[in-house]
Amino acid sequence: MADMYTDIVMDHFRNPRNMGKMEKPDGIGKVGNPTCGDVMAIYIKVKDDRIADIKFQTFGCTAAIASSSIATELVKGKTLDEAMKLSRNDVANELGGLPAVKMHCSNLAADALREAIKDYRNKQKKKK
Amino acid sequence: MDYGASTPVDKEVIEEMLPFFDKYYGNPSSIHLFGRQASDAVEQARGRIADLIGAQSDEIIFTSGGTESDNLAIKGVAFRNKDKKDGKGDNIITCAIEHPATLETCKYLEKLGYNVKYLPVDKYGIIDLDELKNSISKDTFLITIMFANNEIGTIEPIEEIGKIAKKHDVVFHSDAVQAIGKVPIDVNKLNLDLVSISSHKIYGPKGVGALYVRKGVNLQTIAHGGGHEKGLRSSTLNTPGIVGLGKACELGKKRMKEDTEHMKNLRDLLIKKVLEIEESYLNGHPTQRLVNNTHFRFTAIEGESLNMMLDDKGIMGATGSACSSKKLQASHVLTSIGLTPEQAHGSLRLTLGRMSTKEEVEYVAGEIPGVVNRLRVMSPLWNR
Repeated sequence: MADMYTDIVMDHFRNPRNMGKMEKPDGIGKVGNPTCGDVMAIYIKVKDDRIADIKFQTFGCTAAIASSSIATELVKGKTLDEAMKLSRNDVANELGGLPAVKMHCSNLAADALREAIKDYRNKQKKKK
Repeated sequence: MDYGASTPVDKEVIEEMLPFFDKYYGNPSSIHLFGRQASDAVEQARGRIADLIGAQSDEIIFTSGGTESDNLAIKGVAFRNKDKKDGKGDNIITCAIEHPATLETCKYLEKLGYNVKYLPVDKYGIIDLDELKNSISKDTFLITIMFANNEIGTIEPIEEIGKIAKKHDVVFHSDAVQAIGKVPIDVNKLNLDLVSISSHKIYGPKGVGALYVRKGVNLQTIAHGGGHEKGLRSSTLNTPGIVGLGKACELGKKRMKEDTEHMKNLRDLLIKKVLEIEESYLNGHPTQRLVNNTHFRFTAIEGESLNMMLDDKGIMGATGSACSSKKLQASHVLTSIGLTPEQAHGSLRLTLGRMSTKEEVEYVAGEIPGVVNRLRVMSPLWNR
């Protein structure tokens, strides 16, 4: 498998960005399931409708960890609407490509982010 | 620490092989001097392999490796017993944790109409002898159970299985690829009829192996051609490879006692240290296991990422996690011993070799906790 991972993937795997838990996140997105071997959690802090801070936690393979890491980097500072548009291809392309069998990892990262934003928006609705 | 996957060719084996590439390069089937020189070396190798397992020289057939030996043994017996296909009983009895070389061959035979029983295993990977006995019928012509499992290292009750097979007059094959050189094997004491051997697991070259075929056991060939190896495996003999395998077996027999004691001590030390890690478990039988095999699982982390991080530290292992397989399915061995997919994910196999040292084991044991911890901090499933 190793020869299928790009240097960018390996960099994000070895030096993940924005990794860890967040104190009092404004939105949480948790996707995947342990049966499949991939669980991703994304935590966001929102200010002025932008992603002010973002953190991730991942249970999964090299590709899963790298996908979550780069996804957080791609959307930090963006508006929620912009962040919602993040696709698996955006993630995979930024990583310099992923083996076909690992593309679902990039999908999961994008899904986790969307769930976090949805969670935030739902919480906002309830406040009103 | 992945000697279970492959081993380096021993220097003495390389020395023994070299002249057969360009000096004694004759085709062993040729009747002239060059042919005879090559065939003499082949026969010497044959004897060395037979010696390792208590067999006769002319009961050894050369193949391209363990996989081919498994194929020849299982298909070979099956095709000779076509008439039993239509019976209601199981024709072949094997077990759920066999190597794909055995399992896929059995699945293929099922497509051809043979009945195969895959015996379940307990949490250690051991088959139930009573269930084996009860599965035998007049339609049964083959029992194929691996000597020791390649993933979790568990050693099957081969002597007992041999007794049962003999009592019911059923041919008994064992894939001994992982056990050769690590466990003393006497085909007569164990009532074995067919044994698969692989060179590259015992410090011999890749691409060559052997199948022990007891006199009186009839096989149909799966490689038609010039009629080599008593018509059982046509193909010009791989002289250098065979010479290598022969030398590896000779060394294996000579060094077995010393090697096994050395590896067992290191294995036990590694297991003891790694199990100090919180929520770590050993897969496979604690004592009835290969002297060089350790197989762990760690809660809340995944095997491919674990192996990648260890690789960065110069520690090479293997895993049964789904993410590491092309089919994205957890290892069938881990599933068969009752692990849930979640449990199977966080698995790590580390296998020692005769050249492994205490320093290496201590280094590895020292690095694993940090890596496991790093992945746990990263994991949403770890709540500490």
